[in-house]
Amino acid sequence: MWKRAIGGAVVLFLVGAAAYASFYIAPEERTMRLIQRIFYFHAASAWAGMTAFFVCFTANLLYVWRRDPKWDALGVSSAEVGLAFITVVLITGPIWAKPAWGIYWTWDARLTSTFVLWLLYICYLLLRTLIEEPDRRALLSALFGIFAFIDVPIVFGAIRWWRTQHPAPVIMGGPGSGLEPTMRKVFFFSVFALHSLMVFLLVERYRLEKLRGDFEVVRRELEAQ
Amino acid sequence: MKNLDSVFAAYIIGWAVFFVFYLSVAKRTSSLRQEVERLKSTLNRGK
Repeated sequence: MWKRAIGGAVVLFLVGAAAYASFYIAPEERTMRLIQRIFYFHAASAWAGMTAFFVCFTANLLYVWRRDPKWDALGVSSAEVGLAFITVVLITGPIWAKPAWGIYWTWDARLTSTFVLWLLYICYLLLRTLIEEPDRRALLSALFGIFAFIDVPIVFGAIRWWRTQHPAPVIMGGPGSGLEPTMRKVFFFSVFALHSLMVFLLVERYRLEKLRGDFEVVRRELEAQ
Repeated sequence: MKNLDSVFAAYIIGWAVFFVFYLSVAKRTSSLRQEVERLKSTLNRGK
C-alpha cells in the first residue's frame, strides 16, 4: 500500500514538473508562440501510448506462443492504458490545430491513421466482451491485437512517407529537423514523465486483471460445490 | 496571452482523461475485491 502511494506521489511530481517545464522552462516558439506548448503534452502522450501498444503487442505474441493467462492479462491492461493515452492525443491535437491551422481536423495520413489506431483498440476491447469462453477470448483477442499493432508503424511513418497537414517530425526526422536544445530537454523530460504515468496506470490495471483471475477461480470452486 | 484558453483546455482535459481512467480502474478493483471476499465467505460457509 505504501509502495503504491509513494509511486503515485512520484508520478504526480514528475508530471507536475513536466507541465511546469513546458510552461516556464521551454522557450517560446517563434511562429506558433504559446499554443506550441501543447506539443510537450500531446507528443509525449503519443509516445507513451505507442509504448503501451508495443507492450500489448509483445504480450499478445507471448500469449499465442505460451498460452499463459498472465500475458492475456498484460495484453488487455496495456491496450486499455494505451487507449487512454491515444484519447488524450486525439483531444489535444485538434485543440492545437484550431489556432494553428484554422480547422480542428483534417483527414490527412497521420490524423487518419491515429484515429484508425484508436478504433482498432476499441474493437480489441469490444471483441473481448463478446466472447464468453476465457481461452478462446484470450486467443482471438491476442490475434486481433497482433493485427491492430500493424497500424503503429504506419502512424510513425505517415509524416515521413507522405505529405501531410500534420507538422513534419522534429525527432528522428532526418536532416533539417530537430528541436532547440532546451525544448529538446523539456520534451524528453515530458516523455519520461508520461511514461512513468503509463507504467503506474498499467500496474494498477494489471492488478485489476489479476484480481479478475482470482474471482474466476473462486467462482468455479463455488460452482463445483 | 493569445491562445492561453486553448493551452489551458488541452492540459485540463488531458489530465481529466487520465484521472477518470485511474478512478475507473480503482472503482472496478474495489468492487471486484468485495465480490471476491463475498464469494470466499460463501465458499467457506459451504465447507
